[in-house]
Amino acid sequence: MEKKLEQIDQPLMTVKDLEKTFYDGAQTKALCGVTFNIKEGEFVAIMGPSGSGKSTLLHILGFLDHATGGEYLFEGKSQSDLTDEELAHVRNKKMGFVFQNFNLLARTSVLENVKLPLLYSGIKEKEWDAMAREVIKTVGLEHRLDHEPAQLSGGEKQRVAIARALINNPKVIFADEPTGNLDSKSGKAIMEVLQTLNEKMGHTIILITHETYTAEHAERILFVRDGKIESDRRVDNRLSANQFIK
Amino acid sequence: MTLKYSLKTAFNGLRANKSRSALTILGIVIGITAIMMVMSLGQGAQDLILGQIQGMGSRTLSVEPGKRPEGMMDAMAMMTDSLKAKDLEVIKNKGNVPHAGKIMPVVFGSETMTFENEATKPTIFGVTDFFAEIYDVSLAQGRLMTDEEVRSFADVVVIGTKVQEDLFGLNKDPMNQKVKIKGRNFRVIGVLAKKGQSAMVNFDKAAIIPYTTAQQYLLGIKYFNAIVVQADSEETVDETVNDLKIAIRNSHGIDPGEEDDFRVETQADAIAIVSTITNVLTLFLAAVAAISLVVGGVGIMNIMLVSVTERTREIGLRKALGATSKNILLQFLLESVGLTATGGIIGITLGVSFSLLIAFAINKFAGLAWGYNFPVSAALLGLGVSGLIGLVFGIYPARQAAKKSPMEALRYE
Repeated sequence: MEKKLEQIDQPLMTVKDLEKTFYDGAQTKALCGVTFNIKEGEFVAIMGPSGSGKSTLLHILGFLDHATGGEYLFEGKSQSDLTDEELAHVRNKKMGFVFQNFNLLARTSVLENVKLPLLYSGIKEKEWDAMAREVIKTVGLEHRLDHEPAQLSGGEKQRVAIARALINNPKVIFADEPTGNLDSKSGKAIMEVLQTLNEKMGHTIILITHETYTAEHAERILFVRDGKIESDRRVDNRLSANQFIK
Repeated sequence: MTLKYSLKTAFNGLRANKSRSALTILGIVIGITAIMMVMSLGQGAQDLILGQIQGMGSRTLSVEPGKRPEGMMDAMAMMTDSLKAKDLEVIKNKGNVPHAGKIMPVVFGSETMTFENEATKPTIFGVTDFFAEIYDVSLAQGRLMTDEEVRSFADVVVIGTKVQEDLFGLNKDPMNQKVKIKGRNFRVIGVLAKKGQSAMVNFDKAAIIPYTTAQQYLLGIKYFNAIVVQADSEETVDETVNDLKIAIRNSHGIDPGEEDDFRVETQADAIAIVSTITNVLTLFLAAVAAISLVVGGVGIMNIMLVSVTERTREIGLRKALGATSKNILLQFLLESVGLTATGGIIGITLGVSFSLLIAFAINKFAGLAWGYNFPVSAALLGLGVSGLIGLVFGIYPARQAAKKSPMEALRYE
């Protein structure tokens, strides 16, 4: 019983003195000693000017890149504990990614794009269609199933990307500047979807943005500058995307 | 990741660049087409020649002058005059070669033949009436020479259809006309039926006369180019070969341990020799064609590398969504194997079609009984080789793709 309690209390992600140095010709220190924890169910915005190291941080948190110093634990496990296959499995099952530039496969229908993570999931193929339709419905694109990315607006593309991130019902959704390429109305719609996922469905959301306005949709803002955490604060007057839409 | 989906993914990747995919596999298509044609036509040629050899009958043996050639430089060894009238007598002696049936000496050469103002240069065959049976020719009109005419050095000739056409045109009856060869008059006693080019001899351009007359008056030689012997049954062929060897060795006074200065060729020998020659030729040509496959393979590797670079972001995305390096490797390998196997199938189809066309053309225009056969082994080989090329030349680009770090791949512009 005690053990279980301890597990619940344990943060989903533990970051301690995390460092990342790039060695391509010159030495560039992108992260120099970052420490914070993120609990399951949190909606955290990582803010900072460009070049501050926020994207690098997200890549490390998403097991897409490895740190050069310090420690990062996801569910108590560090990247070095896991093999390439296990890392891929964690990315597939427990993490969802939404990118600024959508990263949808061209000339491929919405339905097939959303199915993409299922290819690597080990789930039986006959279940794929129903699963994909379900998440596409969640983001409100059920009328666009057979459209290809070129036929969609930016906001719709990003919603496809969110559906794709959701399909394996991950614990965390990493959103890297998801509204960066969108007009403000589409941007709000995306923030609404993310807030719903966080509040109604309990997904942990890590949002990267350089806009204060967007960041204030989150519960907590980590401000990164020059590879360091400058501030870590709760959002007092949290914005709800919903009210602006209506 | 299921194989079906992997194939679908690979297919979609190729479909996205239709014309590039088509151009890329051109090298493989040409290579496989060439190999299929070479193998199919080689087989056709071999069947044709072997069919004609078998037409001579498996009881037929041929005694030829000179030792068996062992390489190119030995070719001259075949051109000797070691078979003489004495040998013919020895062979004809039932005590020496008890199972010898019909025996026919052969001499040949080329001489000008004239009739009135027309001239032609046929191949002169000095033989007996037995030649028609051995070479499977029939008469369009007239008759063959008799044994009496052979014995009496008669000046009679049986001509081929081309010779008839050259000397007499289409309307004049050649029968019993006098034609001149080397200033000597020969009476035309028969015309051969049209046969076309066979593997060894064109009887349409031949003049057949008694070997006695040919030796004495036309060629001025005392030896034979060959003595054809027919064993009295298939069971006695081997025995007859032995008997012939012993008889001629004795007749030539060859000591034990010394090499023969003649050869006894059986149909089996001839088949073996022809098969070896055509097989070596086919293999050689196929090997030349195979070079184009290697060139094609390099093309595949090149285009796959381009494709991997172009799709760096896609690779990064797939990895971020949970693809392992193995998944990516498999995807790109399937693409390259899919490319080359498609090329292989197209090549096999083209190769088969062209060989069919060529077989048809040879039948129609050259008048040869060229049978077409679908080279199943070549088709399987072609498919296997093209798939293998995809694998061999695809592995490097696929590994390049698989080892990309997801973060760097996603950042790639």
